[in-house]
Amino acid sequence: MNHQERQALEDFACRVRMGIVEAVYSAKSGHPGGSLSAADMFTYLYNRELRIDPQNPRWEDRDRFVLSKGHTAPGLYATLALKGFFPVEDLQETRRIYGYLQGHPNMNMTPGVDMSTGSLGQGVSVAAGMAKAAKYMGKDVNVYALLGDGEIAEGEVWEAFLFAAHYALDNLCVIIDVNGLQIDGQTKDVMNTDPIADKVRAFGLNAVEIDGHNFDEIEAAFEAFHACDGKPTAILMKTVKGKGVSFMENRAEWHGKAPNEEQYETAMSELRAQLAEVEAADE
Amino acid sequence: MNEVKKIATRASYGNALAELGRLYEDIVVLDADLSKSTMTNIFQKEFPERHFNCGIAECNMVAAAAGMAAMGLVPFVSSFAMFTAGRAFEQIRNSIGYPHLNVKIGATHGGISVGEDGASHQCCEDFALMRSIPGMVVLCPSDDVEARAAVKAAYAHKGPVYLRFGRLALPVIHDEKNYKFEIGKAEQLTDGSDVAIIATGLMVSEALKAEKMLRAEGIRARVINMCSIKPLDEEMIIMAARECGKVVTCEEHSVIGGLGEAVAMVLSQKCPVPMRYVGVQDVFGRSGPAWTLLDRHGMNAWGIVDTVEHLVKR
Repeated sequence: MNHQERQALEDFACRVRMGIVEAVYSAKSGHPGGSLSAADMFTYLYNRELRIDPQNPRWEDRDRFVLSKGHTAPGLYATLALKGFFPVEDLQETRRIYGYLQGHPNMNMTPGVDMSTGSLGQGVSVAAGMAKAAKYMGKDVNVYALLGDGEIAEGEVWEAFLFAAHYALDNLCVIIDVNGLQIDGQTKDVMNTDPIADKVRAFGLNAVEIDGHNFDEIEAAFEAFHACDGKPTAILMKTVKGKGVSFMENRAEWHGKAPNEEQYETAMSELRAQLAEVEAADE
Repeated sequence: MNEVKKIATRASYGNALAELGRLYEDIVVLDADLSKSTMTNIFQKEFPERHFNCGIAECNMVAAAAGMAAMGLVPFVSSFAMFTAGRAFEQIRNSIGYPHLNVKIGATHGGISVGEDGASHQCCEDFALMRSIPGMVVLCPSDDVEARAAVKAAYAHKGPVYLRFGRLALPVIHDEKNYKFEIGKAEQLTDGSDVAIIATGLMVSEALKAEKMLRAEGIRARVINMCSIKPLDEEMIIMAARECGKVVTCEEHSVIGGLGEAVAMVLSQKCPVPMRYVGVQDVFGRSGPAWTLLDRHGMNAWGIVDTVEHLVKR
C-alpha cells in the first residue's frame, strides 16, 4: 500500500477509537480495552479486506465476519457506523433498552452484523460452519473470525480448529488478538496459552505472526491467507490492550469498564490529537 | 392376530432425512461419530458429500451448524440427546436459539430406554432444557409414521426445532394414509371421559395398552398423543381437563420440567383439575434391559393403570 492509503487507514482507525470511547462512555459500561487493541484490524478488514456492501448488508455472496470475542462490540459498531451501515451518532445509543446496538452483537438487530456472539469460543465454530457451507454451496466467500487470546482457553476453539483443518477450510481466516491481558490479569498468569503459534500449527493451521498495529504487516498477513491452499489460516496479532488511550494501555482493569467524564475528556482529546497528527502528515 | 410392525424412531429419522435429501439440496446432516446409532448413516450412504462427520466434538458441531444455517442451508445436527441438549445446551441456546437460526437438532437415544448403557447416557432432562429456549419447537414422536412426518414438518418450519427420538423399536400405531402431522397440534386417540391420559413418545403406545386394561375395569380413558411438547395444543388439553376432570401425563423424562409440568402450567391457570405424573421421579436410571427399567420406574401400561386407578378411585 502507498503512503496515502496507509494514512487513510490511520485516519479511519483514529475515528474507530473515538467511536469506541464514545459508545462505552455513553453506555456507562462495555469493553474498551479489547476494542481498542483490535481497532486497526477492524479498520483494515472493513476498508481493504472484506467484500461487503453497506447498502446491502445481507448480500448473499458477501464475505462474513464473526466477532467471536463479542464483548468488543464497540469496536465493531464504530467500524460499521463509519462504513455507513448506520449513523455514527447512534453509537451513543449502545446498550440502550430500546436501541439496536446490544451489549454483545445481535445479527437480527444490527445491520452489518453477520452473527450473534458473546459467549466465548462459539464464534469460531460458527465461522468454520459458514466456511464449510460456502464450500458446499460453491460460493467464493471468505469467512473471518476474531478471537481474544484469553478466549482460546475455551476447549471449543480447538474443536473448531480440528474441524477447520480436517475439512481443509482455506476460506477461513482466524485472527487472534494477542494483547496478553484478560479480566483477571495477564493471560500468562490466568491461564497460559503460549506458545500459541506452535499450538495452532500443530492443529493444522497456517500461522502468521504480526504486529497488529502495523498496516503493512496486516496486509502481508492477508496476502499469506489468500496464498495458502488446503488449510485455514490463523493470524496471531500482537497488540496493546487499550491502544490509543494512554491510561488504558496495557491495563487489565480497562477490559470492561467505562471512563468517567474526566477520563472521557482526556481520552477524546488524546485521540483528537492523534487524528490531527495523521491529517497533518497528509499534507 | 397379525404381528404389529415395530420400528425405532431413530430409524425413521434416518429414512426421512434420505427422503428429504432427494427433494432438497439445502439439507445437510452433521453427526458426531454416532452416525450408525443415530442412523444418519442412511442419509450418508446416499449423500456422502453433504453428511459432515464432526468427530466427538458436539459443542463445535452445534455451533458450526448455526454457521451453515446463517449461510442459508438447513442443517440437521445429530447425536444422542445427552450430548446435544445436554452437553451443547449453551451452544444451542446462544448460537441457535438467540439468533433464531434454522437448525434442526435430531437427538436420538432420549430417555431411560437407552437401557444397558446406564444413567450416563439416559437423558431425562432434554424437554426441560429445550422448552426453556424462546422460539424453540420441541417434538417427540411416538412411532415411525409420526417420526417421519415430524422430520418433514421440522424441515418445512422456519426456525430451530428439537426432535427427540428413541433407541427402542416401537409399535406402529398410525395409519400413514390417514395421518396428518402439524406442529402445535395434539391427537386424540380414544374417546373416554373418566380421565385424560396425555402421553408423548414411547409412552403413547403404553397409554393405549393401559386404556384397554382400564376399560376392562369400567374406566374410560381419553388418550391424547402430545408429540408437540412446544408449542403445546392448549385447546385440546383444556377441553380434556374440562370433559374428563382428571389428567395423567406420561413421558420418558424427568417429572421436573417436562410434558407434565408444561400441561400443569396450562391447567393451573385455565382449568385446574387433579393431576398425576408418570415419568422419571427425580432419580437417575441404571443399566438394564430397557423394558425392565421402564417397569422399575412405573413407566409402562401397568404403571399408567396404577396411577389412573389411584387418581380415579381416590
